[in-house]
Amino acid sequence: MALQITWFFIWGLLWAVFFMTDGFDFGIGSLLPFMARNDREKRIMINAMGPFWDGNEVWLVAAGGVTFAAFPLLYATMFSSLYSALMLILFALILRGVAMEFRGQSENPVWRQVWDLCIFGGSLVPAILFGVAFANIFRGVPIDQNGVYHGTLFTLLNGYGLLGGALFLLMFLEHGALWLAIKTEGDLHDRAVRFAGGLWWILVAVALLFLICTKFETRLYDNYYANPILFLLVIVNLAAFIQIKLFLIRKAYFTAWFSSALAIVCCTFFGIIGLFPSVFPSSIDAAYSLTAFNSSSSPLTLKIMLIVVATFVPIVLAYQIWAYHLFSGKVTEEDLASEDAY
Amino acid sequence: MDVVMLSRLQFAAATMFHYLFVPLTLGLSVLVACMETQYVRTGDETYLSMTRFWGKIFLINFALGVVTGITLEFQFGTNWSGYSAYVGDIFGSLLAIEATAAFFLESTFIGVWIFGWDKLSKKAHAACMWLVAGASNLSAVWILIANGWMQHPVGFDLRGGRAEMVSFSDVVFNPFGWLQFFHVLPAAFVLAAFLIMGISAWHLLKKQHVDFFTRSFKIGLVTGLAASLVVAAEGDFHAAHVAKVQPAKLAAMETHWDTKTNAPVYLFSVPDEENEKNLIEIGELPGLLSFLAFKDVNAEVRGLKEFPRDERPPVLLTSLAFKGMVGLGTFFILITVAGWFLRNRLVESPVYLRIMLFAIPLPYIANQLGWLLTEVGRQPWIVQGLMKTTDGVSPVDPTQVMISLIAFILVYGTLGAAGFYLVANHAKKGPEAVGTEV
Repeated sequence: MALQITWFFIWGLLWAVFFMTDGFDFGIGSLLPFMARNDREKRIMINAMGPFWDGNEVWLVAAGGVTFAAFPLLYATMFSSLYSALMLILFALILRGVAMEFRGQSENPVWRQVWDLCIFGGSLVPAILFGVAFANIFRGVPIDQNGVYHGTLFTLLNGYGLLGGALFLLMFLEHGALWLAIKTEGDLHDRAVRFAGGLWWILVAVALLFLICTKFETRLYDNYYANPILFLLVIVNLAAFIQIKLFLIRKAYFTAWFSSALAIVCCTFFGIIGLFPSVFPSSIDAAYSLTAFNSSSSPLTLKIMLIVVATFVPIVLAYQIWAYHLFSGKVTEEDLASEDAY
Repeated sequence: MDVVMLSRLQFAAATMFHYLFVPLTLGLSVLVACMETQYVRTGDETYLSMTRFWGKIFLINFALGVVTGITLEFQFGTNWSGYSAYVGDIFGSLLAIEATAAFFLESTFIGVWIFGWDKLSKKAHAACMWLVAGASNLSAVWILIANGWMQHPVGFDLRGGRAEMVSFSDVVFNPFGWLQFFHVLPAAFVLAAFLIMGISAWHLLKKQHVDFFTRSFKIGLVTGLAASLVVAAEGDFHAAHVAKVQPAKLAAMETHWDTKTNAPVYLFSVPDEENEKNLIEIGELPGLLSFLAFKDVNAEVRGLKEFPRDERPPVLLTSLAFKGMVGLGTFFILITVAGWFLRNRLVESPVYLRIMLFAIPLPYIANQLGWLLTEVGRQPWIVQGLMKTTDGVSPVDPTQVMISLIAFILVYGTLGAAGFYLVANHAKKGPEAVGTEV
């Protein structure tokens, strides 16, 4: 029991870290055609995430791998149920990843436009679809007692699912704009700051709407009513959102970005805690829901994986933080002149 | 087509495309790390240009390898949910270990390597490339342990309708996975070596950047010669292990129908699966199969007829893949030995250089054939002896799989073409393309 509960939270944590790290890449990619006024600015935006996005994306692979290892039945049911949505995400990620490496290999403007479009679509689509997918998981998905999904891609595009998609996109856009504020100078920097400041109002409005709709569309609050202390998480979450604005006003961009990261993690955990012990609730009958207890691996596998994760995740965090520190400066003209810049 | 066939095709397309890029990643990462180390040690600028020039080809390739690998992981869930639920306890944990112990390292430090030229000391920068190379190869270890388990499942109990791990060490030290690793790894080095030699040959034929490409060619030659010998020697151990644990695959490899002692190898044979015999048998070498499989010319080798028809792999495809792989492997040894004798007069050996230029695709084909043999030869099992492929598939609508299969072919085809164009373009420009004059 304790092992499965531990794994439930590690599972949630890995998704949260993925959204927190790759989230700003998705945001910057989605902003690319709107915020950059010329090729130079595009290159600055792409190089702002250049050294990091690859390592960030591995958190998705880790989250997927851990789902497979710790909750095989969840892995099987969730990804076969969300087949088309996940395929769209995967194709988007393929195009984004290749585009990052390929766009700089030729000066040809058509070549660059094609890959810029891939970076844009490859960032926008996952940002929305991850939100749609998670909102649907919070709400419950039509799976029967054999874990067979009774629906299509369009079943997922219900009002609450789309609201989740909008919330994720807005969070990532804010997150990306704040990262640009940290990494850029001059005109682009000023535009990123203005955008983050204006977007903030919409983000908070949608986040509040999501909290309210969650009350009517899902059973997430049941756990919160049973243990009111959990409402602290919602308070911290709202405080993190407010801090983004406060630090923006004070021009403390890194702290503002950090508040945004905290808000994303809290948002993810708001859902994760509400779900517990379910991991993939059925909307047909609660008895068909997958839980941390009926979908997990054997205790031996859970123990081995716990040792693996407890050993390697701190090491990964250490070298990733080192890498962030190494490239903590602003992206300048000089950096673009370097042979290996994108 | 039914969902099983569509899913098989999709997985085959995704895996084979992924494996166009992986072997180069494994081999070239180590060679680029060696070049950069030589630069740090000697200060010789040619080694720096080599690192830059071959490193760029590595990077184009690496990007395609990574993104296509991510889709493979998720396809186990999307298309093979029966399989995932059945073996997740073991197979899933190996994939998760790969991600946390190796893939993170590789992906983080490749970013540092690309952007860190001015931010790190020379030594630290070279160390980053070693981390990338080491982590790439460590990834291969975990993936092959996972694949080895599908070929020869060990260390588990069947409980509650699934395979549960009972011994982690049995799973990790499964000889099948390690035999695959020590075959796949040198095969990857052969591929990287032939790519280096082929591109170098093109420039040497034109007598441009002669010093740069002669030195590059020699690095490729030494690597290619050593690696192709190791592949062949290790392949022998591997086949002997296959004989023990996958007798149907061995019989299909050699189109061996009747169980007999002193079993022969045919240099060329075409099976007739319907009538359980060979249509054509050329070059019979008596006793060789018995010897190769069990190191005894009189050993008994089980024939395909011993297995029920629905438990035999597709014989024609399996045997052609095997013969093609072995034939190419032999060619790699011969042509690199010839290169060894010509190594000091490469520029005066245009015929040899031309052969090496046109040999670039051959190791790609050999690597693909090797995997075709491994995976097709295991059919109809998804996990040898435990679970059939038909039982592993997801209960999803075939239309979805059809659409995603078409999307895979279109997207991968386009990306493959773009990647090929970039590598060819960069290779043609030569070391000047990356700045440092030679």
